[in-house]
Amino acid sequence: MTNSVWQMLKKRLAAALAVTLTASVVLTGCSSSQPANQAASPASETIKVGILHSLSGTMAISEVSVKDAELMAIEEINAAGGLLGKKIEPVIEDGASNWTTFAEKAKKLLQQDKVATVFGCWTSASRKAVLPVFEENKGLLWYPVQYEGMESSPNIFYTGAAPNQQIVPAVEWLLQNKGKKMFLLGSDYVFPRTANKIIKEQLKAMGGELIAEEYTPLGHTDYSTIINKIKASKPDVVFNTLNGDSNVAFFKQLKDAGITAKDLTTCSVSVAEEEVRGIGAANMEGHLVSWNYYQTTDTPENKEFVKNYKAKYGADRVTDDPIEAAYIAVYLWAEAVKKAGTTDIEQVKEAAKGIEFKAPEGLVKIEGENQHIWKPVRIGEVTADGLIKEIWSTGQTVRPDPYLKTYDWAKGLSN
Amino acid sequence: METYILQLFNGISVSSIYILAALGLAITFGLMKVINMAHGEFIMIGAYATYVMQNIFLHYVDKSLFGYYFVAAIPVAFLVAGAMGFLLEGAVIKHLYGRPLDSILATWGISLVLQQLARSIFGAPNVDVQSPGWLEGALVISQGLQFPYKRLFIIVLVIACIIGVFVFLYKSKYGIQIRAVMQNRAMAASLGINTRLVDAYTFAVGSGIAGIAGCALTLLGSIGSTVGTYYIVDTFMVVVLGGVGTLLGTIAGGLVIGTANTTFEFFTNTSLGKVLVFTLVILFLQWRPKGLFTINSRSLD
Amino acid sequence: MKAKEEMVFIAILIGLALAPLFLSEFRTNLLGKFVAYAILAIGLDLIWGYTGILSLGHGVYFGLGGYAMAMYLKLEAANGKLPDFMSWSGLEVLPWFWQPFANGAAAMVLAILIPTGIALVIGYLTFKNRIQGVYFSILSQALALIFVVLFVGQQAYTGGTNGLTNYKSIMGLPLANDTTKLVLYYVAVGLLGLTYYLCRVLVNRRIGKILIAIRDGENRVRFSGYNPAAYKIFVYCLSAAIAGVAGAVFVPQVGIISPAEMGIVPSIEMIIWVAIGGRGTLVGAVIGAILVNALKSGVSESFPAVWSYFIGLAFVAVVLFMPAGIVGLARKLARRLRLPGSKDVKAGEAA
Repeated sequence: MTNSVWQMLKKRLAAALAVTLTASVVLTGCSSSQPANQAASPASETIKVGILHSLSGTMAISEVSVKDAELMAIEEINAAGGLLGKKIEPVIEDGASNWTTFAEKAKKLLQQDKVATVFGCWTSASRKAVLPVFEENKGLLWYPVQYEGMESSPNIFYTGAAPNQQIVPAVEWLLQNKGKKMFLLGSDYVFPRTANKIIKEQLKAMGGELIAEEYTPLGHTDYSTIINKIKASKPDVVFNTLNGDSNVAFFKQLKDAGITAKDLTTCSVSVAEEEVRGIGAANMEGHLVSWNYYQTTDTPENKEFVKNYKAKYGADRVTDDPIEAAYIAVYLWAEAVKKAGTTDIEQVKEAAKGIEFKAPEGLVKIEGENQHIWKPVRIGEVTADGLIKEIWSTGQTVRPDPYLKTYDWAKGLSN
Repeated sequence: METYILQLFNGISVSSIYILAALGLAITFGLMKVINMAHGEFIMIGAYATYVMQNIFLHYVDKSLFGYYFVAAIPVAFLVAGAMGFLLEGAVIKHLYGRPLDSILATWGISLVLQQLARSIFGAPNVDVQSPGWLEGALVISQGLQFPYKRLFIIVLVIACIIGVFVFLYKSKYGIQIRAVMQNRAMAASLGINTRLVDAYTFAVGSGIAGIAGCALTLLGSIGSTVGTYYIVDTFMVVVLGGVGTLLGTIAGGLVIGTANTTFEFFTNTSLGKVLVFTLVILFLQWRPKGLFTINSRSLD
Repeated sequence: MKAKEEMVFIAILIGLALAPLFLSEFRTNLLGKFVAYAILAIGLDLIWGYTGILSLGHGVYFGLGGYAMAMYLKLEAANGKLPDFMSWSGLEVLPWFWQPFANGAAAMVLAILIPTGIALVIGYLTFKNRIQGVYFSILSQALALIFVVLFVGQQAYTGGTNGLTNYKSIMGLPLANDTTKLVLYYVAVGLLGLTYYLCRVLVNRRIGKILIAIRDGENRVRFSGYNPAAYKIFVYCLSAAIAGVAGAVFVPQVGIISPAEMGIVPSIEMIIWVAIGGRGTLVGAVIGAILVNALKSGVSESFPAVWSYFIGLAFVAVVLFMPAGIVGLARKLARRLRLPGSKDVKAGEAA
């Protein structure tokens, strides 16, 4: 009797152990290779860097090509002899368009893989989600997308535009050339809301007039009512901060409503060449955008870059601003590592100050004070072949000013 | 004044899309009591079928005929989505009749697989479907009052589909069989109706109509693997609000949600509009759990 | 049968308690997140597995609990000033409904009370009005959608799409500290044990039998003189409270809560944990939540596309071929192994 009870108990215990074991085996399964790597890494031939983008989910549309550009830059550097005599080894993680996943994967890259730096993120939400992880683990992130500013983390380098390198000059140009009455349309999240807050101050200071401010949820598909509101309020300019799919619906339906670029000026700051492909060039021809770089940008570096990118990923692919910003991020980091002679993050940060690089968009420079970069600003017009033609530019690079400290009217914005 | 007329038109136009997306659901959910969470993915299949037809016309058919690709795409979208529905019914759904909660889970799984399949085949980025030239432009009443041809076309398409479904269900031999099976399966079977086959093609027709909805959506927005997910909750609400099991209810539900959505959106904003509509629908259903149009039945559970 | 399952659970608990000895800090932290999910899964099993209420919007309650905790952490990090997202959204003073959350204890109580309160309203209305089965599922889905749109749209008050992130400390203990992390992990494991015990006691009592009776034939229960609505409201509120606890446990470990966690997709994912583990067994929910998430973390690290196929097909397979989940499979296996004579060796091998 007691014997059989004991045996049963043993059996149950074994079963229970098996369950917990499977769970922990799965947990450790993927990490089992890590300790070996870690032990080997100081003496090994590679420098590990993390690549953290959404390869699945809604943001995959944009982020996959950014990841491609980063990998291309790494390959080029490796082909040219690597860095500090070692090859760069990318560790790719999928943020899956989910901010929590981004935070988790950032932790993994820093704590498990012990990467030298990370190139990653697209949405502000994903950047905000990983920011505490990078600060806590003393990691380094290179963020390649234009954003709303009001941030300057010591653990992030921003290679996309700050608001004063995209939005502010665009609004100024529009007020001077297209009219005073502005309709603000954006997706409902932090970038459009903050951008519009800046624009509203700017309009007040520069004699513009705010007609309306409208937000739609991400992924919204029916713009007939918004377009009707636009029609009824007769603005001179629609300043568009919609993101992703919504742009397709908006521009298609705008055209259907009989409104073309001739009837109404729109200026978009989240629509680049890649997005124009999805919207259809016919639907966007003549509409304006504001960025720092276009595929058509006329520099020798860009000719080379576009040629290589198409050779690697296909002739039907296009380059655009975030792709270029991601590409130069890798080079800027490599330059800083070379200068520092180590991948140690504090020394790399110190060395990065003032580093210059001949980028496809022109000669850029890292601003040491806020870890953004000096960039030229370009306003462009979408052409019939789906590319963007520059119609105005600052010519010189503009100093990054994420908090808009140099603008009197922006005093109330940053606390 | 023009603004309000246009807004009324927008309401009807949005309603028409809801109705088209929900019509197939009214058949699979309303008649067959299957909760097909993959309904949105049949919409996606229809949209991608349209994209493929466009490319076929672009590359293999004479340029002058390109404008007609869309006409060809409608039946193709119906057939492809219908065929997928037929397969799905045979492989999975047939095991789930009478287990509505389980059908939610299984079809949700299928929707994930179909979305990933679309990503694997067509790539993660959205694809561009060019609208045919004859649908460009608008019917101009006055400068401020223009009705886009695309939207008019969709309204006509929806009316045609509604008439088609009514004729199919109430006049054709198949429709009579379907209704017989749905009302009393055992009796229908004993009268010699092949109920398995009826189930299969009822589901196929419901899925096929979702395909047509997908075809219509290519005129308005972007087409990607997740296009169906934007519509799935809304369409279920349309069917539930209208009353499960009545086509008339679905049409009424679509009209109510569509016009309420655009009206609230016009007077408040897009997010708040959506929240208001859904909250009101939920409250309404507390008052009338069976929806706008009810079928009286004495059966319990 | 129940006794055995209880032993399995105790074994899991011991395994979880010992896990930090073997796992890296990162994996322990990850496991802590899964434990939070497991707590929620128990509550979900209570309403779905036992009572037959399929909620496709339980992410809402999880999220509300998480937000309550996050609001407290955010205020502690802000240290008397206005939280960063409020100032960039144009607020100048702390909204009144944020003020109670400055107190940690109050926030933790609210993390349970708010989900319970909302569940009470929703449950009272729907179950009183006899909205059942798929209708409830569809409504719960709409509920999730409403909350997500609302939280995204009210950026000044909720942090919008970004959600709430960037915390510094909890009850004065810095979150970056290893000891704090370990404490949080063990609090999570402890709460898992407590939740399980509570629910075990509940389902073992008569009320558990009534819940199952409601699942299998609500009208018969009604005709027998019981009021199914009252039981359903009670169990729905309880499960919302558990989800709130899970959310509150989740946030300090993961460091972020956003509307994405409340949406329809995560809500349905929660159901699959319970389905794969085995509904109506409590321990199955725990196994499912930990196993599925561990797999997800592992598989999606290397093959994001494969994960979508896997989880999608798992849904179908579980529903069609193993409706009782892993626990059901284990039961079947145990039964088969017990029938023939010498089987103990085999059982060990099979395990």
